[in-house]
Amino acid sequence: MKLNKSWIIAGKDFKIFRKKKRILYALIILPLLLSVGLPLFLISTLESADPGEVAIILNAFSFFYIILAYILPNSLAAYSILGEKIEHSLEPLLATPLTDGELLLGKMIASFLPCVAMIYLGSVIFMALSDVTTGTLYFPNWTMAFILIIAVPLASILSIQLNIIISSRVNDVRTANQLGLLLFIPFIAVYILLTTNMVSLNILNLLIVSAVLLIIDVALFYVNKATFNRDKILTKWK
Amino acid sequence: MIDTLNLTRKFGDLTAVDGLTLQVDEGEIFGFLGPNGAGKTTTVRMLSCLISKTSGEASLAGYQVDDPEDSLKIRKIIGLLPENVGLYDALSAYDNLDFYGRLYECPEARRRENIEHFLKMLGLWDKRDVSAGQFSKGMKQKLAIARALIHDPKVLFLDEPTANLDPESAKTVRDFILQLKKEKKTTIFLNTHNLDEAQRVCDQIGIFNGKLMALGTPAELEESVWGNKTVVQVEKVTDAILSALDKLPLKSMVVDEGRLTIDVTEADKENPAIVDAIVGAGGKIQYVTRLSSTLEDAYLKFVRQEK
Repeated sequence: MKLNKSWIIAGKDFKIFRKKKRILYALIILPLLLSVGLPLFLISTLESADPGEVAIILNAFSFFYIILAYILPNSLAAYSILGEKIEHSLEPLLATPLTDGELLLGKMIASFLPCVAMIYLGSVIFMALSDVTTGTLYFPNWTMAFILIIAVPLASILSIQLNIIISSRVNDVRTANQLGLLLFIPFIAVYILLTTNMVSLNILNLLIVSAVLLIIDVALFYVNKATFNRDKILTKWK
Repeated sequence: MIDTLNLTRKFGDLTAVDGLTLQVDEGEIFGFLGPNGAGKTTTVRMLSCLISKTSGEASLAGYQVDDPEDSLKIRKIIGLLPENVGLYDALSAYDNLDFYGRLYECPEARRRENIEHFLKMLGLWDKRDVSAGQFSKGMKQKLAIARALIHDPKVLFLDEPTANLDPESAKTVRDFILQLKKEKKTTIFLNTHNLDEAQRVCDQIGIFNGKLMALGTPAELEESVWGNKTVVQVEKVTDAILSALDKLPLKSMVVDEGRLTIDVTEADKENPAIVDAIVGAGGKIQYVTRLSSTLEDAYLKFVRQEK
């Protein structure tokens, strides 16, 4: 497997994403809204909450970035494969000396990098605004560092791979988006457990979540490679 | 360069390609003629290692299409213009070609040179920075042909390259195909149902409708409809003329009033003798002509045959 070929695929997709306004807006607006909106919401709760409650709220907000890492790649990853399908560009692409692994990795890089970059940018804004709002240096902390460095990339990869599987089986981007978003229900369940303080967001729990994500990511990569069938793609896709 | 032996592809109960056996030599333009749905695209996809075969053998430049390692080698030496051009509309013409050039690992200098060369040859150089999405159908088709050639392939598969093009664009593409054969000795496998195009550019033609119905040069296929016949129109067919013609080693002859339709093997040798015999017998010849059939006649004859 030649990595540079995956980078060529990703580079081409970056150029296309830059020209698709719908994708670009989806990529920018959500992280910015969340990163500015959450600290603003915090202002309204500050008067009635004690410092311990504020810490729980901020902890739960931090988990939002794992959810965001799952939601954000949705449209990019779905477009990445479906875009090729819609533009009929898969046939000439598959006729090049490109292996399935190189193609899939390229598609993953193309969705992964812009999303993670936007999440990092948003999280910096969120942490700065939260510290200013609360008047304490709550961020940065080890939990947030773990979330950003480990959990966010793993959740993004999970989302991208699920979207690649879904988008190779449906025919329009919207359906792929909706199916992809359905699968983020487990993340919401964890978020509810956090806000109700039934589970705390500590490093051990994050390690467990990350380990689960890692196992699923590796398994999905092999599932994707095994189920990416050129014959079916060209003869069954309409 | 391209060899197939009993190549077959089935989709469930439907046999799209049935026992195809053919050989295309290096530098040859092979026309694959057949109606829509005949299995031409399926054949090209099998030969381009895009889909698998059900049975039979197929190789390109000695590499087997169903061997995973050979498949990568085949994809390095082929260029493909599919039925749907599949360009990236958001990218410029230049970027579309550059992307493919990089995937084929063309060195940068050669990539740039080829992009400029092919875009100029196809009249698109001035539009190199325009998004492919803004191109007309003809321009897209030309750009897709340039894309298929960006890495100087040894074998080029063209699936209906002039379909839906205006006559001028179609001529540009045809001339370009001939130029490629002349300059680069590229082997070209041309899927088409345009008989005129096949006749103009192909060295060899296969008429295909699920299975190979006929194979030969355009001239051989034309001849296969009527054979080689000479028509002589005389003022009056007399016994003397018939008796003079009887003495010649003719295969067969049909007399219809003043019209003699004669089966000949070597027209250039036999026709002068026929004319001499008729004139010598006192016949007055009004005209002599070759009974010609066209590639269209051949095509219709073969595609209408039972599969």
